Amino acid sequence: MNKPLKTITAAASRREVLVVGATLAGSSLLVGCSLPEVLSAGSKVEPGAFGPFLKFAKDGTVTVVSKHIEFGQGNHAGLAAIAAEELDADWTTVKVEQAPANAKLYGNRLMGGTQGTGGSSAVSNSWMQLRTAGAAARAMFVSAAAAKWGVPAGEITVLNGVLSHASGKQAGFGELIDEAAKVAPPAEPKLKDPKTFTLIGQDRVRRKDSQAKSNGTAKYTQDVQLPDMLIAMVAHPPKFGATVKSFDATEAKKVPGVTDVFKIPSGVAVVANSTYAAKLGRDALKVEWDDAKAEKRGSAQILAEFKDYASGKKAAPEKVKWGGFDSKGPAAQAAAGANALEVAYDFPYLAHATMEPMNCVAMVGKGPPKLIFGSQTPTLDQMNTARVALALPGSVEIETLFAGGSFGRRSNFQSDYVVECVQIAKKVGKGRPVKLVWTREDDQRAGYFRPLTHHAVRVTTDKDGFPATWRHRIVTQSILKGAPPGAPGGKGVDFTAVEGVMGSPYLKATPVVDAQLLTPDVGVPVLWWRSVGATHTAYVMEHTIDQLAKRAAKDPVEYRRALYTKAGANRHLAVLNLAAEKAGWSTPAPAGWTRGVAVHESFGSVVAQVAEVKVENGVPKVGRVVTAIDCGTAISPNQIAAQMEGGTCYGLSAALFGNVTLTGGVVDQANFDTYRVLRNSEAPTVETYIVPSTNKPSGVGEPGTPVIGPAVANALLAITGQPTLSQPFVKA
Amino acid sequence: MATTVDVNGRPVNVNSPPETPLLWVLRDELGLTGTKYGCGVAQCGACTVLVDGNAMRSCQLPVSAIGAAKITTIEGLGGAHPLQEAWVKLDVPQCGYCQSGQIMSAVALLNATPKPDDAAISAAMDGNICRCGAYQRIRAAIKEAAAAPAQAAPAAPAATPATPSV
Repeated sequence: MNKPLKTITAAASRREVLVVGATLAGSSLLVGCSLPEVLSAGSKVEPGAFGPFLKFAKDGTVTVVSKHIEFGQGNHAGLAAIAAEELDADWTTVKVEQAPANAKLYGNRLMGGTQGTGGSSAVSNSWMQLRTAGAAARAMFVSAAAAKWGVPAGEITVLNGVLSHASGKQAGFGELIDEAAKVAPPAEPKLKDPKTFTLIGQDRVRRKDSQAKSNGTAKYTQDVQLPDMLIAMVAHPPKFGATVKSFDATEAKKVPGVTDVFKIPSGVAVVANSTYAAKLGRDALKVEWDDAKAEKRGSAQILAEFKDYASGKKAAPEKVKWGGFDSKGPAAQAAAGANALEVAYDFPYLAHATMEPMNCVAMVGKGPPKLIFGSQTPTLDQMNTARVALALPGSVEIETLFAGGSFGRRSNFQSDYVVECVQIAKKVGKGRPVKLVWTREDDQRAGYFRPLTHHAVRVTTDKDGFPATWRHRIVTQSILKGAPPGAPGGKGVDFTAVEGVMGSPYLKATPVVDAQLLTPDVGVPVLWWRSVGATHTAYVMEHTIDQLAKRAAKDPVEYRRALYTKAGANRHLAVLNLAAEKAGWSTPAPAGWTRGVAVHESFGSVVAQVAEVKVENGVPKVGRVVTAIDCGTAISPNQIAAQMEGGTCYGLSAALFGNVTLTGGVVDQANFDTYRVLRNSEAPTVETYIVPSTNKPSGVGEPGTPVIGPAVANALLAITGQPTLSQPFVKA
Repeated sequence: MATTVDVNGRPVNVNSPPETPLLWVLRDELGLTGTKYGCGVAQCGACTVLVDGNAMRSCQLPVSAIGAAKITTIEGLGGAHPLQEAWVKLDVPQCGYCQSGQIMSAVALLNATPKPDDAAISAAMDGNICRCGAYQRIRAAIKEAAAAPAQAAPAAPAATPATPSV
């Protein structure tokens, strides 16, 4: 960044305890805001001392700086639109660029200040920051124009990036940069009344990257090519927790292009001057593994143990305790009541299976470490890199690129593949770039799966067929157990394992609840997987509700309405009613099709779906899926629809086919031939309807994923009369 | 041993060993990184290119097998192909990583079947996985492009990117 020509004083805004700052860097004006502890009101602002969210160039270009990675969710479009709305910028020319790694400036306020993208929080945690920055910059340009033209600021209008006055005077942002730079940022920028929004909520809020992603120029980690760069592949142990006993690199080193072979903590690295040479070298490597500390159980055995814990056949393992949540009333009553519905559900491990397998570029040994890759949580990646490269975390530079999907995989407490790349780059040294390439097989077998999970539910009902007591046991692995000490949510009941049962309106409407979680230790690494706990909790709650409705001989929509009304779950009620109306729930389904409904709240948003299902050759076929979502203020209806379409496919893929199994501790699936995923002709047609709302925006990337599984299971229940108590529905 | 391959309408010299999959020749040697590595076993379609107009998985195609066949990659479409325009208009991409392969499969489909029905789209596109689940928009964009008037043939690219002779 260039030296500032001038610094501008920061101003405090009481609205969200943000401090607005602005400064010149080179000939560009930077405007942004920070929390007061980073930038205090009245202080001089240097570039790099606050989070510039907006960059104005003399050629008129407005660039919105995104602190969130774009890996498909469309957040770059949403974030740019928030700022452009308050600015009254020309939307068609607004650009987006990725922020550097700097948690102080670009921390996620919903992730405890860690810089990262997750929990479907990109838009919600940026909402006030970008509105404030946009409004402040607009006010500065208006003041500048007023002074230059000698007219009252109140008489100046801004439309599509052009300031104008009735006298005929006009100027774009780019022409007023020097004058605007002399204006102190307003302490309390006046935000628009949402009723006057002209961009937010419009269909024209579209992706900024569709062209680059349709002509091959969008750049991903796999595409990084640097002078003198080496490519590395690693032979990993087949079992989790195994280590290298010995290796023979003789044949690997004979492969032309292979430059080095060496041991690293996670396996044996082969370094070469091309990807193909690295692959051949790795294939030629002979490694003997030490399985002494490895996890040797198969997934069937792990599941059997989980079931025994849930049923009480087996006591909880030593040092692991059952933890209660949402419980109320006499537990004994929940265990003993007569005529109960007793059901248990099994969920397998799931791989994220991104299209771009994990990879990273690192340069270590010459100046501060530098990484180039799709970093989902730069703060964690900086910390973990610093530990290996012996540097200060803040000195680790990260250039974040597009990532070919993540679904949670790239946000990892251990930064597993990043650390692996840094280990290799450190050994290579001299700052020479090393690109670590994982094959799809490496990725599939590296773990960090959605945990294998078992639920056991026992519900007794009142005279009207509604839940009177609800006993719930969940046995799964804890995702947050891998969190560094002091991380939020690391103590007590792991909320990522219970969210969705915890807080369920159905439990609110039930007088007696006994809900408990057990998280035994298993040597298979687990991680969040798009919608996290809801991947199983939504299924259990929604499919159980349909079974209860069936027992009560009540319509599933009517049954839910009664419970939502009792629980005061108005947003649930609204999405359910909207989906039911648009799907024509009260009319017969098209010939040959059967409808199923499900509703679930996750990441602050509530989604209802009505799916039309039939069974073809024993496989459920899903046709029309009517989706209603309440996600607060809708920034980009088009991209909300895209996330409902994509999230539905992701959830349906898991419900129908997703299955990672282990035999003797070894993952059985290696690639898409054995890890089946949803294909084009199996995709449903999703219609999306958005509940009008003036609440602040809530999540969109994940809430569309967990609802389709139970909606399909509920349709199957209507077709066959039988519940579907394990995923995937289609066994290999 | 150098061999010559016709890529995007231009002969290029290739020095990679003859068994090297075309994918890695395109990406590592010729710098044409629009064609993606996804699975390496012809299961996902991210590496799809046209070989004499037919969609092929370049990860399983040794460069020595190409001979005089003409290779077209995403870069060779020129950016203004009706399918590319439909992709942008409908905001098909999400993460975007699979989209080069999706588009190349769709080009081959429309070359063979200018007005494909749903069954033809399924048959041509089921080999291309999209984990973001953009399938619905992929189908809509193919129909949009198929309905576009006077579709240009992609065989002769308008703007061939500089491909280095190595």
